Amino acid sequence: MSPENPNAKLIYMANQIATFFQSQPAEVAAQGVATHINKYWEPRMRRKLFEHIDHGGEGLNPLVLEAAPKIRRPEAA
Amino acid sequence: MSLIHEIDYGTPASKSEKLVTLTIDGREITVPEGTSIMRAAMEAGVEVPKLCASDMMEAFGSCRLCLVEIEGRAGMPASCTTPVAAGISVSTQTQRLKDVRRGVMELYISDHPLDCLTCAANGDCELQDMAGAVGLRDVRYGYDGANHVKARNNGEINRQWAPKDESNPYFTFDPAKCIVCSRCVRACEEVQGTFALTISGRGFDSKVSAGMNEDFVSSECVSCGACVQACPTATLTEKSVIEIGQPEHSVVTTCAYCGVGCSFKAEMRGEELVRMVPWKDGQANRGHSCVKGRFAYGYSSHKDRILNPMVREKITDPWREVTWEEAFAHVASEFRRIQYQYGRDSVGGITSSRCTNEETYLVQKLVRAGFGNNNVDTCARVCHSPTGYGLNQTFGTSAGTQNFDSVEHTDVAIIIGANPTDGHPVFASRLKKRLREGAKLIVIDPRRIDLVRSAHVEASYHLPIKPGTNVAILTSLAHVIVTEGLANEAFIRERCDWSEYEDWAAFVAEPYHSPEATEAYTGVPAELVRGAARLYATGGNGAIYYGLGVTEHSQGSTTVMAIANLAMVTGNIGRPGVGVNPLRGQNNVQGSCDMGSFPHELPGYRHISDDATREIFEKLWGVTLSNEPGLRIPNMLDAAVDGTFKALYIQGEDILQSDPDTKHVAAGLAAMECVVVQDLFLNETANYAHVFLPGSTFLEKDGTFTNAERRINRVRRVMRPKNGYADWEVTQTLAQAMGLDWNYGHPSEIMDEIAATTPSFAMVSYDYLDKMGSVQWPCNEKAPLGSPIMHVDGFVRGKGKFIRTEYVATDEKTGPRFPLLLTTGRILSHYNVGAQTRRTDNVVWHPEDRLEIHPHDAEQRGIRDGDWIRLASRSGETTLRSLITDRVAPGVVYTTFHHPTTQANVITTDFSDWATNCPEYKVTAVQVSPSNGPSDWQVDYDEQARQSRRIAGKLEAAE
Repeated sequence: MSPENPNAKLIYMANQIATFFQSQPAEVAAQGVATHINKYWEPRMRRKLFEHIDHGGEGLNPLVLEAAPKIRRPEAA
Repeated sequence: MSLIHEIDYGTPASKSEKLVTLTIDGREITVPEGTSIMRAAMEAGVEVPKLCASDMMEAFGSCRLCLVEIEGRAGMPASCTTPVAAGISVSTQTQRLKDVRRGVMELYISDHPLDCLTCAANGDCELQDMAGAVGLRDVRYGYDGANHVKARNNGEINRQWAPKDESNPYFTFDPAKCIVCSRCVRACEEVQGTFALTISGRGFDSKVSAGMNEDFVSSECVSCGACVQACPTATLTEKSVIEIGQPEHSVVTTCAYCGVGCSFKAEMRGEELVRMVPWKDGQANRGHSCVKGRFAYGYSSHKDRILNPMVREKITDPWREVTWEEAFAHVASEFRRIQYQYGRDSVGGITSSRCTNEETYLVQKLVRAGFGNNNVDTCARVCHSPTGYGLNQTFGTSAGTQNFDSVEHTDVAIIIGANPTDGHPVFASRLKKRLREGAKLIVIDPRRIDLVRSAHVEASYHLPIKPGTNVAILTSLAHVIVTEGLANEAFIRERCDWSEYEDWAAFVAEPYHSPEATEAYTGVPAELVRGAARLYATGGNGAIYYGLGVTEHSQGSTTVMAIANLAMVTGNIGRPGVGVNPLRGQNNVQGSCDMGSFPHELPGYRHISDDATREIFEKLWGVTLSNEPGLRIPNMLDAAVDGTFKALYIQGEDILQSDPDTKHVAAGLAAMECVVVQDLFLNETANYAHVFLPGSTFLEKDGTFTNAERRINRVRRVMRPKNGYADWEVTQTLAQAMGLDWNYGHPSEIMDEIAATTPSFAMVSYDYLDKMGSVQWPCNEKAPLGSPIMHVDGFVRGKGKFIRTEYVATDEKTGPRFPLLLTTGRILSHYNVGAQTRRTDNVVWHPEDRLEIHPHDAEQRGIRDGDWIRLASRSGETTLRSLITDRVAPGVVYTTFHHPTTQANVITTDFSDWATNCPEYKVTAVQVSPSNGPSDWQVDYDEQARQSRRIAGKLEAAE
């Protein structure tokens, strides 16, 4: 995990989730990622994820980006 | 209050369903076929004299005291070894029997010291009782002849005599008082399954011997106490009884160590605990115990216990003792200030898996209702959170499926990532008993744990996997079962979603999941995997037991799902003898999870976003609850480093020692402005605390613990809290200081609130528990007696869900700099971070953590057994001493984490389970090299710990 990027850990966690759902049937994969993040990620974490996605989402697994519209976007802090 | 006397029926109950009627002393009695006459007599209310018999073990027939006469039969058979028969008429008291018994007793007493008045067993001696029962009035034989009683005979050394063995810290062995009834030997074999004791010699030379005439502490004895409990005389006696005397009352309570949840009688004299004796009616332990629960309670009165609240401005200041009022006012004002300054979500709490359900419930209630957020988590985060996730996804509820009695019906047990003889010893004894009866065992573990091969136990298969490849091996097992046509399709069609099964079956059938393909990275020969799969699928009732070696991985949750898949594909769910059984680490891990300790769910595993569930609590608590999940422990620490999380209330958990990547935990804690630690001792986390609230032990409070089998057991107070308040009272008063209107008068009222809000606990109350002994949730209108086995007629979620489990290698990889894989575990004598057991005589067995290393790896590095070595990973380094052993494979090293100076978690990394953030403790790439002494980190840490433990006005406390 690169310490330079403050979002590195979050990206890593999101990608881990995506890696699991990638192996699941394609039709449920993106929804699986979104549901998981909605259920278990505190708004601060989701907010940071969206900040990163809004800045291009570099380093994120494409499945996370595919799931993004289904992830609940928290209100700005 | 009085001493609880349990009836000893003399021989175990018969399991036969056929009944037999006979007459004993003119009373007609009907008992199951196979019952001994002794037991039948006891059930009829007639106590036949006995010395060598106990209902904890099989009849032995050696003491010749339990003789009876049977009408029409010659002689005087022993009632313990003679089974009942239909229509027989038994006499337990005739002139002939009286004469013979008196003669037998006279011989026993002729070789027994007559120091009854000063004997530790005075008042609790079966030999004395029997002498009284048979009317012994005279002993005609003196000590002039051969005897075991006197050190010298007529001035000569008596070679039959042996001195007292006081080597075990908890009990003594005095051979002079031994009557060689073999109860201790049989208890060690039949109850504990260690076979440490034997009878050496024959005839009059017979004596009890630990190992090969060793002293107890150097023998294989595991100090479980079964022999002490079985001994009818003072030969084996607790040192506490010798020191204090016999107890005068007792209270049934629940052990506060591991997740087996053994029931004990706390035997008391006033408020002094004389001893803990396992309770035969305890449904988890059935009268057995281990060295921790039985003996290691001395921490509760250890001098290191902190009994006064303390506060300090900065963590570099010495502690200042304050009144409870000051401490509560300080915490309340700090938390309010921090929330005002940094926002409502800047504070949180951690519940304890060591505290009671009621206490845990209150902490999460304080966070949700008082702090107004869901930032609550619990130590289960770092152990069994993947169990919750994985079993919930597949079965629909996050708990083990069986009771412990179920093992008595198991034909094939798989143990994966668990070391029950050390971590869950009482369960291990029950499993070993079943294995000795012929059940088969498969062990999946990188290390050759004791169960692989020990006295009268041998695993049919040991799959020594490379750490981190659990998913690969389990998917390979599934591959064999599916491709060889061993799936239980009838079960799957009835109970599971068929299309999901088809999808999964096609997935596991892919050639790359075959044992031949996975062998390359699991390191397990394909033939072993195939053999194990066939055995599990076709060997009868198959049960899977697992521990943290499953959950504490990047793929922990996936592994739990893979286990659930295996149980479903073979139809091993929903009846006795089968199932998926997580072995819980701490006494109340199950309970703390049940009680809504996780940031995303309310009590009873209901997600916080569910409006109907929130409404139940909102109405009762009079608040509006946040519908967003809160932060988990690692997320709290990340947020603290980011500057958005500033205060934490921690009840009974030592995150600095128990959580991974110590440096990161320390950085997170150091970034907070108010850390409140509630504990028995100044633990490692308290080095970073601003407020210390003294905690109370399980002996000092009422409540309930829920064990690994979902069993809700009562914890009963036997003494006043030394710190003044039970932990639930501390939380309640803190809540009051924060303006919450809480007025619980007793923990039973908290349980009533739990029952009123949580459907799976609907019928649970203290009155009901007193009546039932214990119950397993769900306990409600549908299951008023509780639920020993789950998913009996169908899965909780409806249809069982098969989920694909793709193996993904962890990113923690070995390489030239870190070529070895470190994995971690427990040892029998210690518990978790050792805060309790290190403060008992259990340190005799394990004074320090050692690094197990294979001889090949050791030789390459020039390391000898016992050398100080440096253990380094990408995260940090530490030093400890080596232990050279081939229990670990080449390339794998292993250590325990019971001692804070070892700092094993300086080594472990930040990687965690994809679903739950449960840390990957079980795989760390490391290098090992010779060393001269402590690492810089250890030196700095020691100094920081020493500084931070100073208490103003007191001499420095020594650890």
